[in-house]
Formats: sequence, C-alpha cells, structure tokens
Amino acid sequence: MSDDHDDSPIAARVRELEAILEEKGLLDATELDRALEAFAHKATPANGFRVVARSWVDEEFKARLLENANEALPAVGLSMGGGLQVQRLRVVENTEKVHNVVVCTLCSCYPIALLGPSPTWYKSPAYRSKVVSHPREVLAQFGLELPADTEIRVWDANAESRYMVLPRRPGGTEQLSEEELATKVTRNGLIGTAAV
Amino acid sequence: MPRINDVGGQDGFGPVEEELDEPAFHADWEAHVFAMNRALVGRGVYNLDEFRDAVERTMSHESSYYENWFRAIQTLLKEKGHV
Repeated sequence: MSDDHDDSPIAARVRELEAILEEKGLLDATELDRALEAFAHKATPANGFRVVARSWVDEEFKARLLENANEALPAVGLSMGGGLQVQRLRVVENTEKVHNVVVCTLCSCYPIALLGPSPTWYKSPAYRSKVVSHPREVLAQFGLELPADTEIRVWDANAESRYMVLPRRPGGTEQLSEEELATKVTRNGLIGTAAV
Repeated sequence: MPRINDVGGQDGFGPVEEELDEPAFHADWEAHVFAMNRALVGRGVYNLDEFRDAVERTMSHESSYYENWFRAIQTLLKEKGHV
C-alpha cells in the first residue's frame, strides 16, 4: 500500500509498525495490497443481494438456504470460506409474523463475505447493547416501525456462527427479473434494520 | 466477570447513529490495520482467537474500532517478542 498522505499520529504509528514488520520479514507490502484489493472487490453487499433475489424466485434454493446456508451458497457462486476461517452461516427468514435482526453483542462478528465490511453503527456499543434489550426502539431509530404483534427475533453472532436476514419480497415486484429484484435489497435489510 | 466488550443489554451508550453512504474505511490507516491483521493471522504470527482476546482485554470504549484493533495487534506483537 503505497499511497500514504495521512499525517495523523495514528497513521504515522501504523506506518512505523508496518516498516518494522517488513524489516523483520513478517509482512510484505505487496501482500497487503493484494489482500485489500481482493477484499474490496469480492466482499460487497451485492453478494447478499444476489442470494436474496435468488431465494425470491427459486423456492428450492430458498429451502436449501434456510436449511443449510453454507451448502446452498455455491449455487450462486459464493461461499463463507473467503475469510480467515470458515464460518457457519444461518439465514433467518422474515415473515408476516416474524422480523429478524442480527447483532454481535461481544464484538463485531458479521458475514463479511456476503455483506462487505460492517458499518460503524453495527460495531458501536450503542447498537450492540440496546438491540437485544429494546429491539423495537432501535429499529424505530432506523425508521423501521413494525406492527405491535410482529415478533422480533434478535440473533447474536459469534466467532463461529454468522447470520443474515432474508427479507420479505416487496409487493408489486411480480414482473421483475432476478437481477432487478437484487437492486431492491439493501445492506440494512440483510442485517434486519430495514424491511428490505 | 464480563469484560468491557460484553455490552449486551447494558444502558448508557446513547442512541444508534447511522452514517449515510459510509465508506468501508474512514482513513487509509484503517485499511492498513485491517490488512496487517489479516496478513499476520494468515502467516500464523498469532491466531484469530488470540486477536479477539487481545482486543477484548485491551479495548476502550473511548477508542475507535480500528484504534482498538491496532492496540491489540501491538500488544500481541510485544507479548510474542516481535517488537
């Protein structure tokens, strides 16, 4: 990573440590560049959008996805093995009666392979502390007001297990193709802080 | 006793604030810290569980996410005698 113009103290400390590690042969700058490049191009929420769109048009795929997500992903050219360790993925489906939302109360566990890097709010103590005790209130802060009789299920991710929400297909989308459907899905919809 | 990272159900952290169109990294050094950690785990300098443990025992709610990561990386490298 060659392009450094950040003169903040922490940027300088990071550069300094990098230089020491390179000197000791523990790091290689081109390796860092490659890792980041691959990460930036491969891990984006577009992956999650494709999974959802396929589920909306293919009942068999959806059934497999809900049953064993890790085994279903290769059908859309994806896997959970791109990171530092393979994680078990569970996809949880929103229905008329149930809305799902994902958190990691201990840290920031998140299905990066399918959603890209997590947003800062997902990693914030404010979200992590409150969504488990007052989910309805937190969802309202995101502008998602659910009917009083909707059951909210909060899934707490951890080192080995990750969760992704399968949102409900919006009405009036019967004519759309799978690719068009994918454009209806949002990152927050896959976490559960948006309806879709 | 739970560590300070174990915040589930606690009060007092204020409202959730969402940043619109948030970039993956807010500064170049954050991307460097992210990539550095990946490379060090990939090379077996330390493993992911050691890294998580280091974040949990050295983190501060006053520091940003990647500041906490960087502190954890520095701590592990020191403890293992690399720096």
